[in-house]
This record gives sequence, structure tokens and C-alpha cells, in this order.
Amino acid sequence: MAPSITHVTDVIDHLIGAEEGDALFALRTQRPDAKQNAQASFDALFASDDLSQVSQLERLAVAYFTVALSQSPTAGFYWDLLDAESPEVLGALAAALPTAVTTGPYGDYPEGPLSVENVAGLHWAPDAALTAVVGERLGAALAHTHLLVYRPRESSPDALQALLDAGWSTTGVVTLSQLVAFLSFQLRVVAGLTALKGELA
Amino acid sequence: MTDTVIRHTFDAPNAFTQAELGWEPWLEPLPLGELTERHYLGLVDKRRASNPYFRLLVRDPDILGARTRTDNDIFYNEKGGLSRALRELSAASASRTNGCIFCASVHSRFAAHHSKRPDDVQRLLDDGTSAPQDDPAWRAVIDASVALTVTPGEFGASQVRALREAGLDDLAIADAIHGAAFFNWANRLMLSLGEPTPPQ
Repeated sequence: MAPSITHVTDVIDHLIGAEEGDALFALRTQRPDAKQNAQASFDALFASDDLSQVSQLERLAVAYFTVALSQSPTAGFYWDLLDAESPEVLGALAAALPTAVTTGPYGDYPEGPLSVENVAGLHWAPDAALTAVVGERLGAALAHTHLLVYRPRESSPDALQALLDAGWSTTGVVTLSQLVAFLSFQLRVVAGLTALKGELA
Repeated sequence: MTDTVIRHTFDAPNAFTQAELGWEPWLEPLPLGELTERHYLGLVDKRRASNPYFRLLVRDPDILGARTRTDNDIFYNEKGGLSRALRELSAASASRTNGCIFCASVHSRFAAHHSKRPDDVQRLLDDGTSAPQDDPAWRAVIDASVALTVTPGEFGASQVRALREAGLDDLAIADAIHGAAFFNWANRLMLSLGEPTPPQ
């Protein structure tokens, strides 16, 4: 059965396998506001009482795509959440992943002394098969997700205008950006604490 | 009605610097007159209503509030763990890796202030995260931040051991992880919702 969001008290503890009484759990309690608010962030994004600007399906599709592109072990958790919402969208995203996954970060800097550090890389957008399943609006969000995951330094007003033109509101773009950005944090906390778990003093 | 972006005509900074930069959004912040009690809760500190970055993010108040409280505990909770200077260094290193000129300016300045070592910080900005650093703790924190920031992630047992050999305890290692991880959140917002303005 798919994990229910409401049945996981603390998603990061769940993902790193920390339980009350063990050393890693105790370590996280030393930064109690960070622990509590990492979870409050998850709740704000995935158990929101306002889905008027970004639907639950859009949230879960962007979430799965973010962690899958990041090649994070947390992808399994978000796979299950999206599978419970829409196996069809999940299947289309999974089919598109091989064309989208790469390594990062890359991208161009504003022209000037940093141009010598420019790194070329994939500019991905959904193909016809994926767009046929997810539509233009979610498709634009997925292209933006790819940009934010791999080449955030290439962000631009044009990239935001493309979202607005696809039907996103200004508030919706804020939520979408927070989704990708928060998960970029969460997956790294999980990666870091998982490595630390095996090496605790 | 379809919303539109805001386009600026100034020349945005094109190099890493410790100077004080401004930041202007590409999307319309929520007008002051539309701020409700829930929005003020999201701002956490009422004075942030005058800041265009926070007044744009407050369009989704719940996630902004939780984000800010996470940020504050990671960087300002000084009960044990990593020094403020090295927490700021983890933020600056992630920002240098992702290429966030604005975030790197703020947190390199903070790292220089807390460490009193502006030249070592400047070398990170000028020559990058692989530039030589003599201090083993600086070396280990910078390398760990880069390993966490790249995709796919490269952070593993060897980074943890290097941090420990440089003198960090478990809590300090967790602080370094959180500092770099948090800036992978902050960089993506700052880079994608607007751009830095030249130093005043």
C-alpha cells in the first residue's frame, strides 16, 4: 500500500531510518526548530489547505521529477505518493526520465569574467508523448523543474514568462519554485545524515 | 488575466563579490495592502514586509514561514556544533558551486566577518571551491558542501571522515550538512525569482 502522508510523523526521520531512542534521532533533536520546520515545510507543500494555484497532482508530479532527476534514494518515497495519485502521470514521467537525467550543476553565467566557468548541458523539455499525458501546463512546470535542478544559474525572466503563458499564476510559480527548492534541501539532508549514520562517533 | 514578468534594465553583477548587493524580483511581490495575519505569520519578522524577496515568497505564506524557521535554527542556534564562521562557509561553498552570485555575496561576507579571514574567503570566490585552503576544517567543510551540492550527490563516508579528522563532532558534521543543504534551497529561489543589483 502507498504510504499516506499523514501516517509519517517526520519524513526525514522516516527516510534516514531514525527512530526515537537512537543516536541519529537524538542528534536531530539538538536542532529542534530545524527538525520541526523541515517537517512543517513538507506539510505546507504536500498537505496544503489551498490547492487553488497548484493542484495536488501537480505538486506530487513535480516532487517525483525533482528527486528522480537528482538521482536521490528519496525517489522511492515520492514514487509511491505519485503512484497513489496518478499511476498514469507516474508512468509517463518514468518513461521520460532516461531522456532527462544528467549531471549537474551546469549552465552559463552572466557574460563577463565568469564566462570561462560556463558549462554546457542539456536543455530539456517534455516531448509529445509526455505532453499528451500531462498537458501543456504541467509540462511547462516539468521543464522549469529540470532548469532548477540542474542549471539554476541560467534562470531568467523568459523562463518565468513561459510558466505564466502556460497558465501558472505568480503565486503558483512561487509554490512551484518552493517545491523544487525544498526537495533539493530535503534530499541532501537525507543523503548527508544517511552517510553520517554509518559513521557516528 | 495572465500575469507578466518584470524585466530590469540595470547591469546585474557578473562576478562573485563580498560587496553588498541588492536583489530585484522578476515577479510582482504581494502588495503591502493585501497582507493578512497569515501572511505576517509567514514573514516571521514583520520588518521583512519591506523586502521584495520576502514579500514575493509570502504569496505562499506557510512554506515561507517554515523555511525561515528552518533557516534560523540551522544558522543561528549556537548550542554546540559548528562555529558560525564554518556554517557560513558551507552556505558560501554551496552558493559558489551552484553559481548564486547574490547568496555567495551575503554568506561570504558573513564567513569573512565571523572568521576574520576575508582573504581566505575571497580565494573561494575568485578561484572557486578547489582553491587551496590551509585550514583542514575549511578544506573539509568546503569539500563536503560541494559533494552534497553536485548531482548526483557525492557525499558519503569519506566526507564524514574528513570532517571528523578536521575536528568536527557529530553535531558539527550535521550542521555542515544542513548549512550546505539549506543553500541548495535558497540558491534555487534567489537565482530563479529575480536577480542581484549592483553594489550601492
